[in-house]
This record gives sequence, structure tokens and C-alpha cells, in this order.
Amino acid sequence: MTTSIGTPLARVDGHLKVTGQAKYAAEFNQQRQAYAVIVGSTAGLGRIVSIDAAAVESMPGVVGVISHLNAQRLPYDAHRGAIDPPAGERLHVLQDAEVRFFGQPVAIVVAETLDQAEHAANTLKITYATQPPAVDAHSAEKVVPETARRPGSRVHADIERGDATAALQAAAVKVDLEYVIQRENHNPMEPHATVAAWNGDRLTLWSKSQFVVNEQAEIAAVFGIPPENVEVICPFIGGAFGTSLRTWPHVTLAALAARHAGRPVKLVLTRKQMFFTTGHRPYTLQRMAIGATTDGKLTSIIHEGAGETSRYEEFMEALTAVTSFTYSCPNVRTSYRLIPLDTSTPTYMRGPGEASGVHAMECAMDELAYKLDMDPLVLRKINEPTMDEGRKVPFSSRSMLKCYDIGAERFGWNRRTPEPRSMRDGRLLIGYGMATASYPCLFAPANARVRLMPDGSAEVEAAASDMGPGTYTSMTQVASDFLGLPVERVKFALGRSDFPATPPHGGSMTMGSVGSAVRAACLDAREKAMAAAAARDGSPLAGLQPDNLEWRGGALFAKGRDQAGLSYQEIAALSGEPILGEGSAARDPEIASGYSMHAFGAVFAEVEIDPDVATIRVRRIVGAYGAGKVVNPRLAASQCTGGMIGGIGMAIMERTVLDRRNGRPVNAHLADYLVPVNLDTPHLEAHFVEEEDTLVNPLGVKGLGEIALVGVSPAIANAIFHATGKRVHELPIMIENLL
Amino acid sequence: MRPFAYQRVSTEADAIAAAAAGARYLAGGTTLVDLMREEVETPESIVDINRLPLNHIRAEGDQLVIGALARMSEVAANEDVRRLQPLIAETLIEGASPQLRNVASIGGNLLQRVRCPYFRMLDAPCNKRSPGSGCSAIDGLNAGTAILGTSTHCIATHPSDLAVSLVALDATLHVRGPDGGRSFPVAELFRLPEDTPNLEHTLQPGELIAEVRIPNGPYARTARYLKVRDRSSYEFALVSAAAALQVENGTITQARIAAGGVGTRPWRMTAVEEALAGKPATRESFEAAAAVSTEGAQAQSGNAFKVKLLPATIVRALEMAGEGA
Repeated sequence: MTTSIGTPLARVDGHLKVTGQAKYAAEFNQQRQAYAVIVGSTAGLGRIVSIDAAAVESMPGVVGVISHLNAQRLPYDAHRGAIDPPAGERLHVLQDAEVRFFGQPVAIVVAETLDQAEHAANTLKITYATQPPAVDAHSAEKVVPETARRPGSRVHADIERGDATAALQAAAVKVDLEYVIQRENHNPMEPHATVAAWNGDRLTLWSKSQFVVNEQAEIAAVFGIPPENVEVICPFIGGAFGTSLRTWPHVTLAALAARHAGRPVKLVLTRKQMFFTTGHRPYTLQRMAIGATTDGKLTSIIHEGAGETSRYEEFMEALTAVTSFTYSCPNVRTSYRLIPLDTSTPTYMRGPGEASGVHAMECAMDELAYKLDMDPLVLRKINEPTMDEGRKVPFSSRSMLKCYDIGAERFGWNRRTPEPRSMRDGRLLIGYGMATASYPCLFAPANARVRLMPDGSAEVEAAASDMGPGTYTSMTQVASDFLGLPVERVKFALGRSDFPATPPHGGSMTMGSVGSAVRAACLDAREKAMAAAAARDGSPLAGLQPDNLEWRGGALFAKGRDQAGLSYQEIAALSGEPILGEGSAARDPEIASGYSMHAFGAVFAEVEIDPDVATIRVRRIVGAYGAGKVVNPRLAASQCTGGMIGGIGMAIMERTVLDRRNGRPVNAHLADYLVPVNLDTPHLEAHFVEEEDTLVNPLGVKGLGEIALVGVSPAIANAIFHATGKRVHELPIMIENLL
Repeated sequence: MRPFAYQRVSTEADAIAAAAAGARYLAGGTTLVDLMREEVETPESIVDINRLPLNHIRAEGDQLVIGALARMSEVAANEDVRRLQPLIAETLIEGASPQLRNVASIGGNLLQRVRCPYFRMLDAPCNKRSPGSGCSAIDGLNAGTAILGTSTHCIATHPSDLAVSLVALDATLHVRGPDGGRSFPVAELFRLPEDTPNLEHTLQPGELIAEVRIPNGPYARTARYLKVRDRSSYEFALVSAAAALQVENGTITQARIAAGGVGTRPWRMTAVEEALAGKPATRESFEAAAAVSTEGAQAQSGNAFKVKLLPATIVRALEMAGEGA
């Protein structure tokens, strides 16, 4: 049946994007729209003492100044979405005088034009009673997450099999290392933006979101109105990397400002504000100790990880999760702690948890390989497990060894001479490094619907998002195949909260979850079409049972007959109305508990380093992935390329630096927060191992978005060591670390 | 952005009169407009000088002459510049991004404001922005700041790459003002911060940069610029060096060296130049000479790496220059 899945269909929305017709949140301008600008706290901790709103209210064009002194009291009904931290309570904006972190929204200025609003916001005088905030993760206390302290909790802060401490002590060869990974901010091209318009007690939000149904539910809860009164619309996203999973305070502020002003309001965050209240990859501290026999068999792994969080919410990520199953090892202990600081709450950033945890594990494996005088690739291969030894269940599929082989072959790993500083190109030092990558194959219930139209086309809808992977395109391919219609006749729509609900567009689960729901909706539509064809008087198929009907080439026939087939168009015409198909997808709990499901990959990197001035350039990256079925190889390669570039940023450029005196992100600026530019983006190559996994979901896809970034930073760090002989146990690795 | 008055002029006389009356010159606007949007700069009046006939680039006798309104990208692509002063082309290409180079002018490049992050934070003390308020960088995050020419009032580096090469090449600045024209070495345009970091240059009120004249010295065609930074483009220098060498029979007869990213103004390295004169053009000579580059350097809490990186950068820049000399 499949004809489109697996083919490199060009993006169906590509033309809209390159011709500027794709509309992003901030482009939904409304009649009589005013502009809102957020005023952020310049204190890192304390209380607001005074706000001189009057001086600003009389400025030209100013419509209003909103602060805790005059803001509507918001009910903030209980709401905890799938992407919200499991413990704590979201920031309630403009409800009290308390300042919890630098940059916290403390007022909004609304004006007729953006310039007037910005100028008024700059002019607004606010005084604070300040205290020194604690923003240094190294000197702060590490705590067991509240979620793990709850009686009967399924979240465990400490997990052990065997006796890892004793085994480490007894190990013939061991490494015991500490890693620091600095805070990162997502920094997509498109800033957060919301246009809010009230009509009575109904609210429409054109808002950048990776999770429109949650934004709808959350804003309804914040304002104490029924969810059906809130509509969230987001057809396009200009990159997000996780920063638009949660509904951050600016969405509430836009709605609050629109209500206050009595007219639609547009609110777009500045780049600087993108560093304050929209999440970040947390600063992490890790200890990674690995013990082995002299022939390289692992005997002990200890992984202690801790990540920063805010004082008002406990953000948790899977920092130490992969350590239990990546390698075969009888004694493994992992622990996870939080470091509450006077900062805003972190959030998921591409490859959340895994990217940081795998960095520590894979760099430590490289150091162990050197201690063993063993090829780092061989060390990994001889510790390949046959099952998930942490959960003691089989893998649904695991193509790790194939990934190692294909990656190594395509990269030319055999050209590597192991001695550090032994490879050169002219005067430049060359280094090769590699790392293992994995990311869980997550799944969440999803829904979709299909309408077979009388004109022979199909309209497919789900509340999903497309932040860049190509959801529009891949879902069109799925629908095309399961309806048996050419892709040109399928129109997939997403990004509306009144569409069938889907999970957050993150965690690499859109293809598996939403794709499976689209598949189910298409199959449902076909059944309905068969029933309609058989039920109608005058239909050439009237009276036939479904068992006696079959689909061939987009048309329905009586089994075994070539004449008198009916196309969708003809069936819909018979009914006189669209044929509706609805579908949902959920994972069988027995399969979920019986198997360990992950995508796996091997990442190889080559770097060049200037021996005089220590500039680091990544020359190429080759990744090999076992990620289930690849729906669209062109989009998949693009996903991986993007992830690798993000990994280069994480490895050698990205860090958000806080001024310890007041918690201010000092480099909140794209000139100072470095991300790779074109010249830093080398030859990038992704290969996909053929993998058949029918357990993960009906489509057999594992997801790619997250794993594409995992393993890149350790491969680069290991290559830097190979080139220079220097181990840097901190990210990013920069010139100053290598001098 | 604060409201401001805007006027556009097409003669130097009108421009100078407007500036003498308090207006700020607007050329490419890549610094001024940016800072006005953040209200770091709050001029009440702007005079747009883009229509003045000052975008010339020409070889004149033994000099290269570049008008103050020539764009960075135009100068970098100019045949005479590439032939006579490839260092200038190389330096401009290393500066900024292509988009910025297309609008930023040569005069504006020399007068660009510092990149110290605290300079741009209206609520943070900064003696340069708000004299007497204090320096946030000294006890704050200062990895990007200077190690040479600092004072207890300001430690910001001068950000221009071009200025480094112009200072190395003994370029001259020609300015015109209410009282007529004058010319002086580019190096004398920049002031040390001392106790008045708010005063960055030596131009008098109303003075307009008209052009830069660069002597085509014997070393000009082989001079090189090395800019060291953590990403390949669109980043200010951690450390940079312009190096020009005249070598005869393997012996250095003349050297011109200046460094960026390390000084509160573009830093001519005369001690290094003197240490090189008469020495063989070898790595050993370069290393020995570069070692004196950090004499008097004073590291801050976050920028000690620059004390190592500065001589390394000079050595490598000298090697690059020596390859062609």
C-alpha cells in the first residue's frame, strides 16, 4: 500500500515559507491593535517598592501601564500540563510585589505603537528593595526532588543495581570525573509572540506554541474561564527547540493587556527577554565514575547528576536515565538532584537530559578507553548489552552495533591514530572523536480527523505543531498512503486548539503519536467510505459487505472485479457530504511495560585546532542512527543536520552567563551568546540503519528530533582531546580552555 | 527609542553646522541606531550625512585614500585596496557580518562604541555611559575586557578591527570642522579611559571625519590580520593582531604591529616592533619579540587568558606576514 512513506517528498509548505505567505504568530495583526512591552525586573531578588506609572501614562500614545498595583486579580486555577514541572507552581504574573529572579515581568506598558510602548517601558521608574540572589549552582544546596520524596512515588532520585561503590573501588581500571555544563538558551529565530483578542469572555490567541491544546487549557485556568472560550492558533513556528512547549508568562500578559486595554494587543519578546522567562537548558553538575576490568569489561558505573531549577518549580529532566541501559554492567548507581536557585524555571531544550547526561557518560568512556589503551569504539562494542539491564526487559529493537559499524566506515574511523596530537593537516592539529547517542521512543495519546471531500480531496486535521521537522509534509505522506490518495489531494492542517488534541510537539513523539492517529483516522475514513458505498441505493457496490470490498489505487471495488469501482469522490458525491474519519492512537500498556524502546545512534566528529591560538573548528560530523522507519529521508537528514549544528553550539559556543551580583544574564544578545554561523557548519552526514520495529507504534517510527543533538558534544569533546591532549570537563569548550 | 529630530544634508558645510549645533552624525547607523533603540544613546537631533560626497576610494601617489562614507564592503572589494593594502581588505572582511559591512561606513567604524555588556544595560553602573556611576565590569563578568590601558574607571576594549590595522600602518585621519580642516595619525583619535571613559576620541564638537590616508609602505602588500575568536564570523575579537614585516635577505628591516581585543584603544606594539628590527625572520625571533607584548598587562578576574593569547596571536600573525614578505 505504501507509496509515499519513505520517499523524499519536498516540504508541502515550502512554497508558502519561501514566498513569505506562511503566517507566524506576530503577523496576525488585528484591527485597533495596541502594542504591549514587558518591563522586566532589574533586581534579582526582593520586592517592588514603588512604580511611577503616572509619569509614563501621560506619554504620547500610552494606553496603559499594568503592574501588580492595578492588574486584574487572576484566579490561576489548578493546571498542570504534560510539560509542566511535576512539583511547584507556575509564576503568577503581576499579582504581587515579590521579585523572584532578574528579568521577571513586573509591568506591561501598552501603547498605540511599538516605539511608543518601548520608550514608555524604558522610562518607567520602578524601585526595589533588593536582596542578593543565589545563582551559583556550585555553592548552592542539592536537594532530592519533591516528586521523589512523595510516598509511593514512581520517580526515584536514587537507583542502584549491584553494588556500584564497592565494584568501583575494586575495579582494575577506573575513571572518576566531574562535568559542568553551562546554561543554554534555545534562541530560535522566531521570538515568542502572542496577539490576544477578547470578544466578550471569549479569547483568541495567535501565539507561538508547540502545544496549542495546553496553551488553551492553561490560559483558561489562569483566567478562570471555560477552555472552550479560548482558541489558540499557531500554524507556523520559526524554530523553538522546546522553548515553546510551555505557556510562559507573556501569553498571560498579552491576554491581560488586551483585556485591560479593551482592544487586541500584540506582544513580542525582545531577544534579551528570550533569556529571562522562557526556559533554558539547566546548568548541570555531574560526577561520572566508571570501573572496568583490564580487558575493558565494565564493572561499575556511578552517575550523580544535579541540575539547576527555580525556587518556585522543580524542573526535572532525564539527566541520568540512559546510564542504566546503554552498556552492559552489573553494578550501576545513578542519582539525580536539583539545585534550586533564584532564577526562572528551566525547561526542555532539544535532547533534554540525555544531551547533558550522555555528554558526561561518553566523555568518561573515552577517558576510560585511553586508560585501557583501547580503541574507544571497541570499548563500546565489547560492552554492548543484549537487554535493558536496568529495567530487565528486552529492547523493542536496538541497532547500536550496526550504527557503530556504518558510522565508523562512513567516517573513516580506521584512519585515526590513537595518540593525542598525532594527526595533523599542515600546521593544524586534527582530532577524531566518537560517542554513543540514544533517546527514548516516547509516545502520548493523540487524535486526528479526516474529511473526504466531494471534490475528491482529503482534509486531515490535528492540533499538532511543525517547528521545523516537517510535520505538514510527513503527515501528508501518512494520510496519502493510508487513504490511497496522491499527496497533492491531501491537505493536512495543524496548530489550532479546536483540532483533535495531540501531545506536546517535543520529545520526538510527534511522528509516532500524531502519525499513528492520522493513520487511524484514515483507516476509519476508509471504513466509513466503504459503508457509505455499500449502503447507498444506486451505488454499483450497494448491498456488498465490507468483506467483499477492497481498495485498489484509490478506488473501491467489489473483490475480484475490475469494473464499477468507486473513487472517494464518487462515494462522497453519493453521500452528498464529506465522509468523516476519526482516529486516535495510544500505546498498549503491556507492550510499554514489556519492552525498552529507544532510538540509538553513533556520532563521529573531526575537529581542527590551531596549535598557536587554539581556535576550534569542527570539520565534519557523521551520524548513524537506528531510529525505526524513516518517513521522509530528506526531512530526516535535515532534522539530523539541525541537531548536529545545535550540538556544535553546545560543545564549543553556547553558554548563558549570569552576573552573580544580581542574576542578570549578561550575554543576552545574539552577538554575545554564540551559536554556530554558516562558516562553523561543516560537512554533516546522517545515515539511517534499516530498522523494523512494530512494537513502538503502528508506523514503526522512533522519532529523530532529539537524538540528533545527543552525542554530538561528547564526540566533539573527545575529538578535541585527541587533537590537543587536553581534557576539558566543562561545556562549552572554548579557546580560553585550551591555551 | 526616544523621539529625535532628523535632518538630511548634502554639503559638508551644512553637516558641520548642524553638528556644531548639537546634532549627531548618522552614517551607516549600525552602532548609533542600535544604541538609540536601547536608549543607551539618546541624541535629540540627528544629521544624516550619507549624501555627502565622501565615499571615494583611490590610490593617490604613495597613499591609499578612503572616504569616510565608503562602506566596509565596498572598501574590502575595491581593486586598489586589495592590490595596495590587502591588510585593509582582510581586516574588513574579518569584521562584522556581510549585512553589517554593506551599510557600515569607514568613519563610523572608527567611532563605534564599546561592546562591554554593561555599557548597554541602562540599570547597571557604567562610567562610560553615565560618568561617575562606577564600572560594573571590574567586579563583574569581564572576559571580553582589556588588559592594556585600563583604569579603575573603565576596562572596555576598543571594538574596531579596522582601527587596529590603520594604527599599525601609520594611517592619517583627515577631519573638517567649524574652524577648518586638520589631519593627525589615526592612533591619536583614540583616548585612554583614565578618569573620563565617557570621552572616547579627540574630535572637537562638529568635526567630521572626511577621509583616511594610508601610506603604501614597503611591507603593506604582505601585511596580515589575524582575528582570534570562538566562532568563525560575527564575533568581536578575543585578541587580534595586524602584522606587517619588511624582510631583506632573511632579516627583518621594519615591523609594524598592532593588537585588538586587548587594549582600551587599538594598541600599537612598538616594543615588539623594536625587538624584531634587525632579527632574522624566524619563529624564534617572533616568539622572543611577542613575549614583550604583555609588558604592563593587567588581567581582570575573567580575562587572564588574553595574557597568553596575545603573544600567541602576534606570533602567528607575524608568521602569516612573514610567509609573503
